[in-house]
Amino acid sequence: MSEYVIEMLNITKKFPGIIANDDVTLQLKKGEIHALLGENGAGKSTLMSVLFGLYQPEEGVIKKDGEVVKINDPNDANRLNIGMVHQHFKLVQVFSVLDNIILGAEQTKHGFLQKKEARQKVMDLSHKYSLQVDPDAMIEDISVGMQQRVEILKMLFRDNDILIFDEPTAVLTPQEIDELMQIMRNFAREGKSILFITHKLNEIMAVADRVTVLRKGKCIGTVDVADTTVDELAEMMVGRKVNFEVEKAPGVLGDPALTVQNLVVGDKHHGKKKVKNVSFSVHKGEIVGIAGIDGNGQSELVYALTGLVKPESGAVYIDNHEITHDSVRARNDLGLSHIPEDRHKYGLVLDYTLAENLILKNYYSPEFQHFGFLRFDEMNKYSDALIKRFDIRSSQGGVTIARSMSGGNQQKAIVARELSLQPDVLIAVQPTRGLDVGAIEYIHKQIVAARDDRKAVLLVSLELDEVMSVSDRILVMYEGEIVAELDAKSATAQELGLYMSGANRQTRMEVEQ
Amino acid sequence: MKKHGNRKGLINATASLISIALGLIFGFVLLMLFNMPHALTGFSNLMTTGFASSEKLAKVFYQSAPLLMTGLSVAFAFKTGLFNIGATGQYTMGAFLALVGVVQFRLPWWAGLLLGMVGGAILGSIPGLCKALFNVNEVITSIMFNWISLFVVNLSFNNMPLMLANAWGAINKDRTASLTGAKFMAYNPDATIPKAGLDQLFGSNYMNIAVIIAILIAGLVWVIMNRTTFGYELKACGYNRFASDYAGINAKRNIVLSMTIAGALAGIGGGLYYLSGTAQYTLVKSLLGMGFNGIPVALLASSNPIGTIFSALFVSYIQVGGDALQPEYSREIIDIIIAAIIYLSAFALLMRGWISKWFLRNQTENINAESIVTDSDEDATESEEKAE
Repeated sequence: MSEYVIEMLNITKKFPGIIANDDVTLQLKKGEIHALLGENGAGKSTLMSVLFGLYQPEEGVIKKDGEVVKINDPNDANRLNIGMVHQHFKLVQVFSVLDNIILGAEQTKHGFLQKKEARQKVMDLSHKYSLQVDPDAMIEDISVGMQQRVEILKMLFRDNDILIFDEPTAVLTPQEIDELMQIMRNFAREGKSILFITHKLNEIMAVADRVTVLRKGKCIGTVDVADTTVDELAEMMVGRKVNFEVEKAPGVLGDPALTVQNLVVGDKHHGKKKVKNVSFSVHKGEIVGIAGIDGNGQSELVYALTGLVKPESGAVYIDNHEITHDSVRARNDLGLSHIPEDRHKYGLVLDYTLAENLILKNYYSPEFQHFGFLRFDEMNKYSDALIKRFDIRSSQGGVTIARSMSGGNQQKAIVARELSLQPDVLIAVQPTRGLDVGAIEYIHKQIVAARDDRKAVLLVSLELDEVMSVSDRILVMYEGEIVAELDAKSATAQELGLYMSGANRQTRMEVEQ
Repeated sequence: MKKHGNRKGLINATASLISIALGLIFGFVLLMLFNMPHALTGFSNLMTTGFASSEKLAKVFYQSAPLLMTGLSVAFAFKTGLFNIGATGQYTMGAFLALVGVVQFRLPWWAGLLLGMVGGAILGSIPGLCKALFNVNEVITSIMFNWISLFVVNLSFNNMPLMLANAWGAINKDRTASLTGAKFMAYNPDATIPKAGLDQLFGSNYMNIAVIIAILIAGLVWVIMNRTTFGYELKACGYNRFASDYAGINAKRNIVLSMTIAGALAGIGGGLYYLSGTAQYTLVKSLLGMGFNGIPVALLASSNPIGTIFSALFVSYIQVGGDALQPEYSREIIDIIIAAIIYLSAFALLMRGWISKWFLRNQTENINAESIVTDSDEDATESEEKAE
């Protein structure tokens, strides 16, 4: 009997133009929590897809308990008791929790569903691992954390003992993360083996036994967590030393540049209000961070501030100028810049070239047009300068079609464009989403530099670390309201987590102070 | 820049040529099916007639002018992300106003063309306004306006005695006046588009400067699309409505303008054809094919205004060749064969996708490995997000 339950030996998986996994070896011991660490695009997802039967590797073998197995599709993986919680849950929104758990593994009698036994099994598992769920609730009505429990129960229901968690903490509050870690430890104690995919180093330090690091498709090594440090892991992941601290001097507070008063934003589809009576202001020389779990009204707030959605009531001011009903263009001309959360939907015209995208916000200025004719020479000069200054990498420079660029460089292009407009107010939503550590460092520096340059910055991010390290002041949004206002220097993740999950809130008086 | 532009151009051109070849092969199969003994001569007629004589070539040019205009109309709207299926209605309205201008009001040909342009523009603006203001799909509105346009035009002609052929010495009244009849020439000698000696050069009455006008307009459309801020905005709206909203581009205004311009282009097409003097508008109850043929013309050219010139010439060439298939093949069968060829030719879009994939697979070694991993990984997550 082999020491390992699952071995992926010398796996090579190629896609047109790229080797996604190059001779990667991963060995999972029984009862261990094994982390798989790597940046976006390092090949983590590909490797797990190979294990789950979604891709076939060109080279290498997979062994289960020392025997070579062939995994052609997820059903094969299931038969080998391999289960996976995907980063984006695979749940039927309009089915109940119970129906989702048994989906694909239904027990039937003469063609009729036998839900009673299934329900009993689910409830037993739920008690045993303290994974509280309501089996009759609809998925669309329950929180993201609850949905994740459903996904975990799905694996347990199928008696899986090799559990893959793909970036499970991205959607959770700090408290929920702690709970999940505890659940993972319980599984491991019972002899289940866990593969934990992440790029968050502190989580690995907290829960994992061993860690395998991937970089650019290659296996950099497997180390015992007990023998390593965060800095060492970061260096393995990125290939160089990383500075995690955002260096910034204390800011010099000026007059309010962006003021929001009693803003209410409705939902297009339902009668529900997405932003409820929100008031705050951002001063010159200040970075205000908005923390919150995804879907608590942050997006709608930003849409209303930038003019993409009309608010139902309330007012927005830039300096002392009311812009509540102004067009997007008018707001831009008043010095509002916006790094949108969805770079493909809003941030870029993907079929335009990089250069054309870099002038998307100011193509109509005299600098770039002459009697309605675009000045291509000026456009190219401008884009070349930005490409150089912001180190935007692409295969052909300014004429590269934006679609063919990597996500990180697309993001850099947007940041370059928005910062170069010399805005008075910068609204940055998830500005470092999907970027590698180096690029994150750079963009954070640029944002801090904008602040030091007396700009007002509103930073909206789902990454708590980012909000805490970059902001001067933190507002927490929960269900469309601002439930807390904290000084970034003294706030802790635990404290923020309580506000983010709605477990705690400041009174309106406190917020306004 | 050159390298990239060339590759894209190469892919587009290859895709169009392969599609045309496939269409022709399919056409040949149909010829064999309908009349085996004449298939080979028929096919050779189809392929060579257009170049067989200068007279035939003149006919190719003559028909290509209105085709080019309706093709440009469809292509222009496509670039803005709109599907102008209403080119035939706009074309009909353009023809109507152009003819009314030169017959009823005794205006010169160029004034007639301008009137035709206005007619098409008005008709095109309506679906544009409906889309921009009420978010009504432009396809539905344009289809309805095709019929509205046709019947309004027929009804109006029927009630304008001066417009019909019998007012000018002919016996029939199911068509409009012949602009080259002796009586009409005395009434308004400037009604037809000038020939500028081209008729003598080609030895054909069909030849006039219409095709030159159309090509100049194609060039103008190219300049608007690729050189102006207006074109930049229109294409941004077409490629990504959300991003153009985000950038502060007025998408609604651009939708209306784009459909209006598309209508104007089709309207000029109607004027160019019926002011040639060799065509008379016939009062029938079916939509004019010239407008619909603009769709394959635009598709075949991947909506590139310059490419549209060539695709219009090709479609026109095939149509002239088709006429030479008679009497071995009946008129209807010829139409089916031509339609099949054009239909397959319009697969250029599909073909382009395949060819670019093929290119990608063969150029892998040039591509920066790192960027692709990120891309594919990201696309995977993004498509998952959409699925949810």
